[in-house]
Amino acid sequence: MVGLVVVSHSERAAEGIAEVAAEMAGDTRIEPVGGDGKGGIGTVPDAIEAAIDAAAGGAGDGAGSADGGDSNADGVVVLVDLGSAVMNADVAVELSDAEAVIADAPVLEGAVNAAVAATDPSATIESVREQAEAARDIEKL
Amino acid sequence: MSDDRTGDDGAAVVAAVEAVAERIEEERDHLTQLDSAIGDADHGGNMARGWAEAADAARDLDDPDAETVAKTVGKTLMGEVGGASGPLFGGSLVFAAGELDEGITSETAVAFAETYLEKVEDRGDARVGDQTMVDALTPAVHTFKKSIEVDDLDPIEALAKAVDAAERGVAFTVPIRARKGRASYLGWRSVGHQDPGATSTLFILEELLAVAAERLGVDVPEAAATSPTIPDEDPDEAGDDPAADPGDD
Repeated sequence: MVGLVVVSHSERAAEGIAEVAAEMAGDTRIEPVGGDGKGGIGTVPDAIEAAIDAAAGGAGDGAGSADGGDSNADGVVVLVDLGSAVMNADVAVELSDAEAVIADAPVLEGAVNAAVAATDPSATIESVREQAEAARDIEKL
Repeated sequence: MSDDRTGDDGAAVVAAVEAVAERIEEERDHLTQLDSAIGDADHGGNMARGWAEAADAARDLDDPDAETVAKTVGKTLMGEVGGASGPLFGGSLVFAAGELDEGITSETAVAFAETYLEKVEDRGDARVGDQTMVDALTPAVHTFKKSIEVDDLDPIEALAKAVDAAERGVAFTVPIRARKGRASYLGWRSVGHQDPGATSTLFILEELLAVAAERLGVDVPEAAATSPTIPDEDPDEAGDDPAADPGDD
């Protein structure tokens, strides 16, 4: 199964976006991460790397369901908000041992799309990224 | 070469990081002033805090080699310097540090510089002319590489030329328009402002040069970035160029 990470400059925004996406996510693992680690606005590569590892199943404690042990070994798709969050996520992807990609997508809409795509039993890291990036074309009016 | 060569290199990098931290602290207000004109006025404070933490972390290492110091400093900068400067200065350093795994020589220094530049360009998606640190870094790295590999200069002279090239690069950021980073939101209003990231990059290079010269017991040479070896034939005129000068010598 493909895992998701939601990165925002705001920890609360990341948690909120993950909360919205989780509505559609079935048992897909979604890890929110954000903030400068001191209660302020920003992102930290180490924290993003830890979230990627957790979404990949490495550091998780909630596993052990019918899916089997390595259920998130299919990789991780990372959703990001703006500017330096993209760069820090990029650093984290390079540092992490897990297979992870950043989706070039709006963070909330992309996370919802990715969550839906990840519930497909044949989902791959590429199919989930593609669906997340399709969120760029969502028209609202 | 003695066996403790690697240990010496580690101590040299620690000294360089301490010198950079001190310099950035001195320039804190200057950098913030530059950033307040086109950005969010946090470059001086962020960099000063990050480099102070990095110097502490480097000092705490027990007899480290050069790679370990560079990696530790990069990691600390990534965590402590906010905004894009964290991944650009720190993230690039973490990756380039691997080039120093056999200590510091002219060859490993060139490889380190090239990897660092490549990471900054890729991560920031910036090229020369975007009014970013790349405008200082690119001519510095290219000049350093050419000075070592083509002109066969000693490393201190090569580094002195690189610093001069960076200085010219910083000056080049003033009349151009920002195409990356927060300053790019200003459009044409960014013209006329010196880029803070290019400026702090120059300060870092100046300190690397000063520390390297001091540890090797030589004076910092006066160097212009211009090449001592001008090719006999202008490569642009080597082919059949109809626009070539008719040659009125």
